[in-house]
Amino acid sequence: MNKKLPKTGLIFFPAFDWAISPTHPEREERLLYTQDQVFEEGLLDFENIIEYKPGLATVEDINRIHICVPRAESVITESHLISAGGAITAAQKVMTKEVDNAFALVRPPGHHAMKVVHGARGFCNVNIEAIMVEYIRRHHGPKRIAIVDTDCHHGDGTQEIYWHDPNTLCISIHQDGRTLYPGSGLTDEFGGPNALGTTINVPLPPRTSDEGFLYVLENVIMPILADFKPDIVVNSAGQDNHYTDPITNMRFSAQGYARLNERLAPDIAVLEGGYSIERALPYVNVGIILAIAGLDYSAIREPDYHAEALRQSEQITQHIERTAAEIMMLWKKRRDMKKTIVETNKYLKRKKQIYYDTDGISEQQEETVRICEDCGGLVMIDSFADTGTRIFAVIIPGQSCPVCREEGEVFFDRLQKGKYRHPYFQDRDRNIYITK
Amino acid sequence: MILGIDVGGTHTDAVLIDNFKIRKKTKVPTDANNLLNSLLHVATTILATEDPAKLRRVVLSTTLSTNAIVQNKIKKVGMVIASGPGLPPALLPVPRHTCFVAGYVNHRGIIVTDIDAGEIQDGGAKLSQECIDHIGVVGKFSTRNPEQELKIAEILSRHFQHASLGHRMSGHLNFRRRIATTYLNSAIWDLYQRFVRDVLQFVHQQGITVPIYVLKADGGTFDVAKSADYPAQTILSGPAASIMGVLSMAKCNEDAIALDIGGTTTDIAIFADGVPLLENLGVTIEGHKTLIRGLRTKSIGLGGDSIVRIGPQREGPAAALGGPFPTPTDAMIVLNLTTIGARDKAVTALEPVARQLGKSVEATAQQIFEEACGKIVAAVRSFIEEINNQPVYTIHEMLAGRKISPKTLYVVGGPAAAMASPLGGHLACTSFIPEHSEVANAIGAALARTTAELTILADTERRLLTLGEEGIQISIPSQFTAEEAIAMGRERLREKAMAMGATEEDLEIEVIENQEFNMVRDSYRAGKNIRVKVQIKPGLISGFTKEKTL
Repeated sequence: MNKKLPKTGLIFFPAFDWAISPTHPEREERLLYTQDQVFEEGLLDFENIIEYKPGLATVEDINRIHICVPRAESVITESHLISAGGAITAAQKVMTKEVDNAFALVRPPGHHAMKVVHGARGFCNVNIEAIMVEYIRRHHGPKRIAIVDTDCHHGDGTQEIYWHDPNTLCISIHQDGRTLYPGSGLTDEFGGPNALGTTINVPLPPRTSDEGFLYVLENVIMPILADFKPDIVVNSAGQDNHYTDPITNMRFSAQGYARLNERLAPDIAVLEGGYSIERALPYVNVGIILAIAGLDYSAIREPDYHAEALRQSEQITQHIERTAAEIMMLWKKRRDMKKTIVETNKYLKRKKQIYYDTDGISEQQEETVRICEDCGGLVMIDSFADTGTRIFAVIIPGQSCPVCREEGEVFFDRLQKGKYRHPYFQDRDRNIYITK
Repeated sequence: MILGIDVGGTHTDAVLIDNFKIRKKTKVPTDANNLLNSLLHVATTILATEDPAKLRRVVLSTTLSTNAIVQNKIKKVGMVIASGPGLPPALLPVPRHTCFVAGYVNHRGIIVTDIDAGEIQDGGAKLSQECIDHIGVVGKFSTRNPEQELKIAEILSRHFQHASLGHRMSGHLNFRRRIATTYLNSAIWDLYQRFVRDVLQFVHQQGITVPIYVLKADGGTFDVAKSADYPAQTILSGPAASIMGVLSMAKCNEDAIALDIGGTTTDIAIFADGVPLLENLGVTIEGHKTLIRGLRTKSIGLGGDSIVRIGPQREGPAAALGGPFPTPTDAMIVLNLTTIGARDKAVTALEPVARQLGKSVEATAQQIFEEACGKIVAAVRSFIEEINNQPVYTIHEMLAGRKISPKTLYVVGGPAAAMASPLGGHLACTSFIPEHSEVANAIGAALARTTAELTILADTERRLLTLGEEGIQISIPSQFTAEEAIAMGRERLREKAMAMGATEEDLEIEVIENQEFNMVRDSYRAGKNIRVKVQIKPGLISGFTKEKTL
């Protein structure tokens, strides 16, 4: 071993006393066998792998990115503060250069949580990556950050949060939404008018195997990252693309996950989904840890792995190649698309229906963004949930221009409580969060 | 009467304790070439005018195993490893003579890949050709199912004198450490068997019929005959003896720091509510990370004889005592903090340093002394922080996290008198220098109780309970509960400790892990995965209460 190994931070928090419900996939047992495997392989004894205790995220950290209804304390439990805190700890260790990269192996997950939070959706209450990303920006200055979501489910929460942010690139590879929750994540979901191209979706057909994932990595993700030039790369490391996952239909393997992480070389990886707790997670997690720590992962293999049986069909290969080509075409044209979309409008509105499957809540949302050449644009949200609660939120984006900020401030000043339970004001740059 | 003996690297100490009072103490230089001689010599001396019939027990702590490993005077060992998929061989701490064989047990203890008898025979034959008599057999997750290790050992039993089995070393998961521990156990096997034989012969000659115990790295004792099966457990018993010695002299019930400031190193130990902390997994010796249960210590390369301004290494004693270089001890002599040695030599030694600094010799001595204290203080603080920041895995532990915050400091070792008070000041602790601290190790050994640990995994879906380090699997009903697991753990640990020589009064059993998980498969509860660990924690034998003074 002549090359200098990267120092890898590991934040392991299996929350052995927390579950959504006793038989829910997101339950106490989820990381039990992962812990067994990590301990048995003795990974924490390697000089370059350092385990850290997660810190606790604060309500302030959550309010920097979310509008929680009616307030943060009512939609979260301690477990969310710890898993978000674990992601923050990973970021702290990387940003202060105590380690070269870090993996927050924490639960519960967060990538389905959107800006406005009325409850839990897709097992997520708050978005732990977004909380971490804004923590980084608050404490370490404005950064260009890329979030690569490799969970099998579309990272719709992260996408929604950063839809208008030209400084955050969200790439999600996932099982085609026509065959899996949450249904979104088609290639034409490409970012808001001020941030075209900084949302990239790669829907993959069911039964895609290692070959397909690695093709997308080489031919879509790496070239786009090279163009975007992020300061930090985050991997939303869902592990439910595995061929044994009980709630998805893909054929990714532990070797595939390890190779993906070696090539992607994320600064920070944060665990998302993955519910094949015995047959996949122990091996996938050991593979990822070894890969980012620069150690030989070639002998990591699921005991029931058979490469031949998992090979993807020629038809799937061609389908993926077409999808990749289509995305790269869009990416190259991203700067020319704004005029067609915006026309002469000063503001654009979009209506959203959001379903919180975990809590059974429906939300209607109207989001207005100011068309802006200088920043991500002022965002205003009118949100009405079938719990009977209606709120209005004024959000000044990070690195905002003076015009968007002033317009937002004036608007919020004049905003009457009226039919809204609460009007909210969020200014990310100034770390301001006001509820009327 | 209790006889405690500690054969250390430089000195051999013995104490005779009668009704918890020190009746006699002896200290002689250790004969590095014959540790057993030192032991027998000191025992003969201290017992010379005593009636052996009055002895209640004898406890030995010896650096024999430690020395053998440090000086690499160990046997060639062949390892037979069933690693399955996972880390590649290059990342495993295996010795030169290792053969990898098929076989894999998963995290549940289910055999996923079978062993291959032919391959094992061939591997064994190759090891035999290398003139190897001792082997270690280790499988991944073997503490979850010992079957493959047992079978491999059986297949090879004709070829070798002895085989150490991985699962018997510890109930903890950690394949790499299991390999290292099993290797060491085999490597010192012969040497240790000879030691046990010689000790038993000696006590027989002396007409001693009481139990003879040996001290382990965790500050607990076990019967000398029983210790023959687990020589690795006796590695690093020296530091443990010192800590148990402080414990016996300290009357300590609260969080405390114990410092042993020696010539070359300072050893730091921490007590939580008066109980010395254990290593999470096991001790580290000569780069071998093991599963040997041991007291948690941190050693820093700074002692009274460290060379000033050059670093931790010791080049000899203090200049005032005829050594070649100025040391912190010289600084203490100049400052009149100690009366040993020749002050004029200390002054002469510090003069060049003082000139370099442009200070008076006294000011220089003061600076050296303060820097030495400062380094120890910084090390103690970072050690406590490390302990307090230890990762936890439940929300309950995360929120209820108990922090160690010592208010008491015990200091033993040569510079103790000079340094205790300033160190206490920096650490906001009341400092104490325990009495008889020059024979702390022998006292610690004499008064240590028998300790033991037991690991239980009950899998009610498989209706199987595994006693990790015992290599035993038992059928259980599907309704088996955590309470039943704990009850069984207590009973089995009791039996185990009694077999190791514990007395009924010392069986203070505590549950250190108790976790129960619903195993859900296809949305149905398939069973429970119950994990229990019980132990007898390190402590002093009953009858010795905190009110007693030695």
